[in-house]
Amino acid sequence: MSDQGPFYQRDRSWHPAAFTPQYKTSVLRSPQYPLLSLDNTISEMTGPRFGHNKIGPLDNDLIRNFAKAGDPIGQRIIVYGRVLDENARPVPGALVEFWQANAGGRYRHKKETYLAAIDPNFGGCGRTITDEEGRYWFRTIKPGAYPWPNGVNDWRPAHIHFSIFGHAFAQRLITQMYFEGDPMIWQCPIVSTIPDKAGIEQLVAALDRNATLPMDAMAYKFDIVLRGRRSTMFENRMEGN
Amino acid sequence: MVQKLTTLKESPSQTAGPYIHIGATPNWVEITGVWEEDLGLVLVGSETKGERIIIKGRVFDGSRTPLKDALIEIWQADADGLYNSPEEKRGKADPNFVGWGRQPTDGVTGDYKFETIKPGRVPYKDGRLMAPHITFWIVARGINIGLHTRMYFSDEEAANGQCPVLGRIEHKHRVQTLIAARGEENGLATYTFDIHLQGEKETVFFDI
Ligand SMILES: [Fe+3]
Repeated sequence: MSDQGPFYQRDRSWHPAAFTPQYKTSVLRSPQYPLLSLDNTISEMTGPRFGHNKIGPLDNDLIRNFAKAGDPIGQRIIVYGRVLDENARPVPGALVEFWQANAGGRYRHKKETYLAAIDPNFGGCGRTITDEEGRYWFRTIKPGAYPWPNGVNDWRPAHIHFSIFGHAFAQRLITQMYFEGDPMIWQCPIVSTIPDKAGIEQLVAALDRNATLPMDAMAYKFDIVLRGRRSTMFENRMEGN
Repeated sequence: MVQKLTTLKESPSQTAGPYIHIGATPNWVEITGVWEEDLGLVLVGSETKGERIIIKGRVFDGSRTPLKDALIEIWQADADGLYNSPEEKRGKADPNFVGWGRQPTDGVTGDYKFETIKPGRVPYKDGRLMAPHITFWIVARGINIGLHTRMYFSDEEAANGQCPVLGRIEHKHRVQTLIAARGEENGLATYTFDIHLQGEKETVFFDI
């Protein structure tokens, strides 16, 4: 038995809808026609694979990978977890990319206007590739919450953005990680685009005291699930035979 | 009660936000010195087989304003119609062509551009050939879940006419939203592929 079949249909009711008026930017950026359902072809069941040779030794260390003169300000944390598929099997060799604001909630970007200070020692980007068991980890500082122009007084909860490449283009996913215990999660118009409370909770990383580095860094566990594929055990015949 | 299934739910998508470039193309937003080169900028080298082409265009919102904060990824077969992927079981793709690219839309004009090669034809699940195409994936602030579409080529009329995927589009006038017009620039074939998120010319997006 192998997992070479098409991917399970995406459960669109578990994901945010395209049109979510509480998140104002979605109003003009949401397709209005229904999506055209397309049973996977080779074009979607394949995908690029990124070698470990593309990744530098500091790419998963946001404390060190931009610092020029000292460490960034903020609470040192470790984020770790596994990339799994819907069959609960690990996805090895997945490219995981992440980006975030600094401890004050400020992004290093020229279009960013929030008045919190830029940290000269923090770039805010990192990446890594999952190991044979689908595991990844990185070190960073805990990002701050920040205000954004949506309502007159909307704030994003502290979060880290994630982009994940599995084994097929059909699995391509971008999401965000939130932090356990943050009351701002439940007041955020972007978080609330996710229809189901359990779906939101799936994006909240758990504080893991067992994985902390004493006197150094707290740890958060964040597992990511990509689409799984149908088994081909009953699909040995060609279509139409 | 019945037995529990052991399947997991896919992690819900969240918007890429306005600053995806920090993570995806940091050098492009002047975060330098972290890693040397942003992934996906260069698709072709001197050894790559196939006709060199340029794909360019913009992504428009429902008010016909171009998005200046989008990120586009493309995925395509090589000149012989093979994908450079371990999942490709039909043969070995051109080792000098990865087939994946990533470009931001310009922060001022909204233009994007890829330099690549024209892909060969790839079979549909029943063995019929699809017309040459490139898979697109678009993310940006305000897009809650990445949008999949395909670009086809205006000079492949016969193949387009037989493509089983294009044939599934019920409203025939919408097929045109997937067909990039061929032109020429400095002796190089260019294809213009504008993507419309909404409105009269809304691009056909796929649930794949
Ligand atoms: Fe953010």
